[in-house]
Amino acid sequence: MFDALAESLEDAWKKLRGQDKIRESNIQEALREVRRALLGADVNLQVVKDFVAEVETKALGADVIAGVRPDQQFIKIVYDQLVEVMGETNVPLAKAETSPTVVLMAGLQGTGKTTATAKLALHLQKLERRALLVATDVYRPAAIDQLVTLGQQINVPVFAMGTDADPVEIARQGVEKAKEMGVDTVIIDTAGRLQIDENMMGELARIKEIVQPHETLLVVDAMTGQEAANLTRTFHEQIGITGAILTKLDGDTRGGAALSVRRISGQPIKFVGVGEKVEALQPFYPDRMASRILGMGDVLTLVEKAQEEIDLV
Amino acid sequence: DKTRRGLINQLKAIVGQGPLNQDAVMEIEALLLQADVGVEATDYIINTLQQKLREEVLPPEQAIAYLKQILRELLEQPYQNSYNPIFVPEKDTLNIWLITGVNGAGKTTTIGKIAHLAQKSGYKCLIAAADTFRAAAVEQVKVWGERSGIDVIANPGKNADPAAVVFDGISAAQARGTELLLIDTAGRLQNKKNLMDELSKIRRIVDKKSPNAKVESLLVLDATLGQNGLRQAEVFSQAAKLSGVVLTKLDGTAKGGVALAVVKELGLPIRFIGAGEGIEDLRPFSSYEFIEALLSG
Ligand SMILES: Nc1nc2c(ncn2[C@@H]2O[C@H](COP(=O)(O)OP(=O)(O)OP(=O)(O)O)[C@@H](O)[C@H]2O)c(=O)[nH]1
Ligand SMILES: Nc1nc2c(ncn2[C@@H]2O[C@H](COP(=O)(O)OP(=O)(O)OP(=O)(O)O)[C@@H](O)[C@H]2O)c(=O)[nH]1
Ligand SMILES: [Mg+2]
Ligand SMILES: [Mg+2]
Repeated sequence: MFDALAESLEDAWKKLRGQDKIRESNIQEALREVRRALLGADVNLQVVKDFVAEVETKALGADVIAGVRPDQQFIKIVYDQLVEVMGETNVPLAKAETSPTVVLMAGLQGTGKTTATAKLALHLQKLERRALLVATDVYRPAAIDQLVTLGQQINVPVFAMGTDADPVEIARQGVEKAKEMGVDTVIIDTAGRLQIDENMMGELARIKEIVQPHETLLVVDAMTGQEAANLTRTFHEQIGITGAILTKLDGDTRGGAALSVRRISGQPIKFVGVGEKVEALQPFYPDRMASRILGMGDVLTLVEKAQEEIDLV
Repeated sequence: DKTRRGLINQLKAIVGQGPLNQDAVMEIEALLLQADVGVEATDYIINTLQQKLREEVLPPEQAIAYLKQILRELLEQPYQNSYNPIFVPEKDTLNIWLITGVNGAGKTTTIGKIAHLAQKSGYKCLIAAADTFRAAAVEQVKVWGERSGIDVIANPGKNADPAAVVFDGISAAQARGTELLLIDTAGRLQNKKNLMDELSKIRRIVDKKSPNAKVESLLVLDATLGQNGLRQAEVFSQAAKLSGVVLTKLDGTAKGGVALAVVKELGLPIRFIGAGEGIEDLRPFSSYEFIEALLSG
């Protein structure tokens, strides 16, 4: 499947190859293939439209570099634009001047919030930062057990008040507890919720209001399709996010949701989840994501070739 | 708001009462792409529609009726090929439903809902908790079992072998005269070879240990999924010999259009839809409802 996409892109580049210069007339087919490739990678349609328009503008305005073939120049423009949209470098987790740093996790059902909560705590442990985890999911069966079990696996304490307490109150007391314990980060796991569920979004807003987090992370499944844009928009508008975690990237999805999330929220993707185990968390690298969305290694090799040619001139 | 207007009105705004033009077709294409139908299946649908439009001039209402017909034929194709449109466990015999899918798709919740429905309909039910991997997965499925008073067969040991739990589950089902055994499996991404091998092994045990049981192997697909859903169906179909699909989380705004591609490419029928986290939030699949929702924008 991936190969077919990479191939169709290559066909598009090839058509440019015979040309001496990037022109509006010869670029249309290449742009069409870029559009299809991005849609095939699950980038949101509207995001694709804007992106392709930007690429077109850049390509038409590009100076002709003598000796560099237009197809190579075009590939480079597409790739660079993707990396640029994705945010240049990886952005670390916030750290408050006075402890505790409060991190709030949010997202749709089943995206990986609870797992990511434990993963983040382990990541902080490696940076000598101690964390407390707070279990506010009183809805999903055994959600608290799940967080407690994960906490035990990594030796990180979990604050829980059972399933009869109000999630807003659990969050508030959790942060109090963190202050008492003198830990430097408190990570609040929340129940999964649909962005159109007014009650549940209201609850999340109240949790945020009361704990005043330094970081609100939207946890998004990398396999998400067109919906990535809608959910990001609503979470960002109603709650306000400071970043995102993209999970399940150990799969073979191309992960176009990354582009939608970044584009719609303007906030950086800070980490990626690459497995079910608590160690499986990595910083987000925009350039890797860009080549993944465009069709993995093949495109990267093409870009490298193009870069070499450009450097030679 | 454009998305709130019905498709018919959108098309009428473009063509008036006249026949569908290219702009109108583009509008339909966008709608399908935004519903995660995917480039290839969308191309197929649009080409079929265009073909018709070349033969006949169609005003918006008729064009949409034709579009719905294309979609409906697509979704109901499996019933032409040996799948029964009615999906119920057979009475007085052992039915085994193996529930599979990637991580977080909604497998365990779906089992809780199906168990409840089957219990209400008078079936003797049992659940096998074969997700021995994820933190508190067994506790989760046990809570679901309790909600409808259905026993859960589990292995209390850590890192128990899921295949052994399946074996125990089938033994218990046979001994108790169970009519519906639901097997909860761990979430797994289809590119993990060892995990897919584990699933094949589970499937083999089901077939071997209970050759006379009526086995259904269902893939749970999250409606928010994009095109990876198709890949999931391909690989799970091999490993677990799938016989159907459950589409979850349709209570959100995602349309689950990739399921259309799954039906088209793999010929698997969609059996249930999940529309919420509650025990009653499971419905039999209706192609009519699905298409109306898909085209509602
Ligand atoms: N392969 C893989 N699986 C993951 C990853 N992150 C989470 N998971 C799995 O995804 C499933 C859901 O993860 P959870 O952490 O329970 O998700 P959640 O968002 O807390 O779910 P709810 O609380 O029900 O909304 C579990 O099976 C996890 O093991 C990842 O990066 N890779
Ligand atoms: N809104 C909504 N949420 C659902 C639906 N089905 C399941 N969920 C939620 O999705 C999340 C994951 O559901 P699970 O049943 O644990 O999914 P799973 O496939 O068993 O997950 P793993 O075993 O970790 O792979 C939970 O928060 C469920 O409540 C549905 O139809 N609608
Ligand atoms: Mg959770
Ligand atoms: Mg489960």
